[in-house]
Amino acid sequence: MQSLKRFSWTDIFMWIVGATLLLLIVIGSTLTLQQGKYTTVQWFDLAVFGLAQGSVYALIALGYTLVYGILRMINFAHSEIFMSGAYLGYFVATSMQRNGFLQENPLLGIVLIFLTAMTTSAILAVILERIAYRPLRGAPRLVPLITAIGASFFLQYTFRGLFGTQNRAYPEIDYIRGAIPLFGDFQIQKIQLVVIIAAAVMMASLAFFVQYTKTGKAMRAVSEDKNVAALMGIDVDKIIVRTFVLGASLAGAAGVLYCFMFRIVTFYMGFIPGLKAFTAAVLGGIGNPPGAMLGGLFLGIFESLGPTLFLDGLGIPAPYQLKDVIAFTMLVMILIFRPTGILGERLSKTKA
Amino acid sequence: MSTQNRFNWQKAIQLGGIAGLIGVLIALVGMVESFDHRDIVAGAISMGWTMLLLTVLVAAYFSASHQPSKSFSLVASGITGFIFSLVMSLLAFLIENLDLRQILVNASPNLLKILTLENGIPNGLISLIVISTIFGILGGALYILPAKIRKAISLGLGMVAFLGLMEDIIQVTIASTGSGNSAIGWMFGRGTQSGLSIIGAIVVFGVVIGGNLLWGTNAPKINAQVSKMPPNRQRSLRILGYGLILLVVLYLPVVLGLYLTEVVNVTGLFILMGLGLNIVVGFAGLLDLGYVAFYAIGAYTVGVLTSLSGQLSTAFEWNFWWALPVSIFICVMAGVVLGIPVLNMRGDYLAIVTLGFGEIIRILALSDFLKPHIGGSQGIVNIPPPDFLGVLLNKPQTLYYLIVAGCILALFVSQRLRDSRLGRSWKAMREDEDVAQAMGINLVATKLLAFATGAAFSGLSGTILAVKLGTIYPHSFALLISINVLSLIIVGGMGSIPGVFIGGLLLAGMPELLREFAEYRLLIYGALLVVMMQVRPEGFWPEETHKREFHEDAPDVTPVQEAA
Repeated sequence: MQSLKRFSWTDIFMWIVGATLLLLIVIGSTLTLQQGKYTTVQWFDLAVFGLAQGSVYALIALGYTLVYGILRMINFAHSEIFMSGAYLGYFVATSMQRNGFLQENPLLGIVLIFLTAMTTSAILAVILERIAYRPLRGAPRLVPLITAIGASFFLQYTFRGLFGTQNRAYPEIDYIRGAIPLFGDFQIQKIQLVVIIAAAVMMASLAFFVQYTKTGKAMRAVSEDKNVAALMGIDVDKIIVRTFVLGASLAGAAGVLYCFMFRIVTFYMGFIPGLKAFTAAVLGGIGNPPGAMLGGLFLGIFESLGPTLFLDGLGIPAPYQLKDVIAFTMLVMILIFRPTGILGERLSKTKA
Repeated sequence: MSTQNRFNWQKAIQLGGIAGLIGVLIALVGMVESFDHRDIVAGAISMGWTMLLLTVLVAAYFSASHQPSKSFSLVASGITGFIFSLVMSLLAFLIENLDLRQILVNASPNLLKILTLENGIPNGLISLIVISTIFGILGGALYILPAKIRKAISLGLGMVAFLGLMEDIIQVTIASTGSGNSAIGWMFGRGTQSGLSIIGAIVVFGVVIGGNLLWGTNAPKINAQVSKMPPNRQRSLRILGYGLILLVVLYLPVVLGLYLTEVVNVTGLFILMGLGLNIVVGFAGLLDLGYVAFYAIGAYTVGVLTSLSGQLSTAFEWNFWWALPVSIFICVMAGVVLGIPVLNMRGDYLAIVTLGFGEIIRILALSDFLKPHIGGSQGIVNIPPPDFLGVLLNKPQTLYYLIVAGCILALFVSQRLRDSRLGRSWKAMREDEDVAQAMGINLVATKLLAFATGAAFSGLSGTILAVKLGTIYPHSFALLISINVLSLIIVGGMGSIPGVFIGGLLLAGMPELLREFAEYRLLIYGALLVVMMQVRPEGFWPEETHKREFHEDAPDVTPVQEAA
């Protein structure tokens, strides 16, 4: 059956589109590099920025992937859980900045910001799961998805109502400002280093948690088969809640890191990073935590280097505006040509 | 069992607490304050308070339903109301004593004033508690009453609320027609007051209850009489009904005046898009979140083809009627081109990828890259209004007919498609793709046709939008439009054509009329989607097959002919 269909006209169309895009990328990159407008230092800066941004994506993507692995649903509201952590973290950060605590005990202050953000996100995720998702186990497939979309907008505009519409500037934390010189002209921003290291530590602890703890094992069992897991004496509902908590705390932490980097807090800040993180999760193979990490990092770098590398040489003005287009196009291309992602074993076609 | 006859304290208190938290949330997002300017019954009850009291009423109703006997129900609902008021009082107390405004922007002194009925902390709180408890008991009483009377009362209250909200619009409309002002002027508040007058509210309430009870007892008889009539009489009766509706629709803009016609126009554009998305999501079951892309493509095509601004690289300066078919054709092609990549995707993936498409189109429209061709962030200006047989369609009242024509066309097409072979293929595909394929349905063609038809309707809507506004900006085509349209078809009932109209009137029309509402539009839509999916996933006017799917345990309903 599948082999008969293999060369249908739609496939040919997609192959042509894919080949054209690939060709454009190659030509664009060659031209950009030939023109030599950018120095190696600039490329290095872009790459490090991409790595930092990618770490944040990876942290958010883990939340999508963990929940998807267990519930087979895209938790659309995950981007708002990310936003909520960033918001509450902001309030703690500003108040500590105002009374000077953050200058005196920067490390303790930063830990406090993280704790607040992670707790907020986790609580919100538990409430969300309890009210919106749990009653819908076993409902037709569009129902939980629509609920998640509704919940996403509800949360976004609730935050808008509660905390106002204005963009708020995140306080600057002196402790993590400035750059560390490396060899030659190369240097690395302290903030980016902090983001990369923090994300790496969290991802490592998550990997440990999922692999070696009892809850982690139970999570893997539930994602394998809910009914059999329940027969083995695993409380499935409890494990689902814990998965939400885990994913949400990572998202909360990602919210803080994101704020450190971009220093702005708004009620709609979750949308685009959420979408990117989803792309990252798909890129790595959804339902697969290491894949999400890898996908996040790859997407971050791709998105940071991509516009300049591919588009500048083609003579497109202001290529940076099109970075989201590049990311979304990549999402579509992956889903078409390799729906399992880089590391994934789950087919979007059969399980979605 | 003895436990079954015991008073259920836990539920009563729990529901009171939940209601209290909802009340606090409603107050803190600013709804109570901004809705407070609009009275439902002049001088007596405002929209803001109505929302709080409605929360109590509903919570108390559920609280009553958990009790074993009627007297217990009344007590429990009273307790629920009381707990609610305690939570609200705590909020008032906190606002008074702490400076919450630093963080929660809506915890203002004004909110405190509203919560305490302008009586200050101790006295106002007592009245808050008394009122909430009374409303709690009323909620319980509503539970005890027989279903028929309960329905009549809720309908009466709903009608009072509706007329109260619409008061200023009704007044303006009446004033513009000149007649009848004194005839029903007594119903409404005097001077600057808004809402119904107290007498007006009582009369409306009484009339609705009376009418509803009368209809309830007589409807079976009337229906029986109609079905006893010979088929050709029934047919002519139905044609008469359609004729009447058509007459009203055609005559509407003359009655409504400028502002209301504009509201109807906006609603019409949303209904047009809704009809298209209904085909994609409702019939074919493909959750498309990038639907706004086609709206944008339609608007931009017409903009580029007809604009007289001279700022774009190529000036076509076509006539609207030439541009219209081209625009729809391009939308159909776009529907196919964006449909091909997602042919193999299902459910969640489809949603995200289409969402990505919507964003790609918007970002491209906004970018400097395409600025010479489609105007970038400055958009396209100076799109001339269409000219129909010498009449320039530049006023809401004249554009209205263009929109109505579009809606009727879309209605006709989607109704015929629904009952066609293609429509049945869509529904088969919605239920199970693999089985549909095994039955010999060509999935590729069927899916692409769904995307293309949906895109055509959306493109038509966008085309009309472009000539209606005369200018288009990329910002008019945000994701929120897709979500709005999705909400309206879900609220109306996925796959149900009359549902699109109901949803459009509720979700696109109402917010245009109630300006304060606009700010909370997406908040309420979001909540509505979540609640609908749990309580009534098939929508307010469900399609028959969907209804059965969601209530599989219920006995099979006899297929009733769907009204349209």
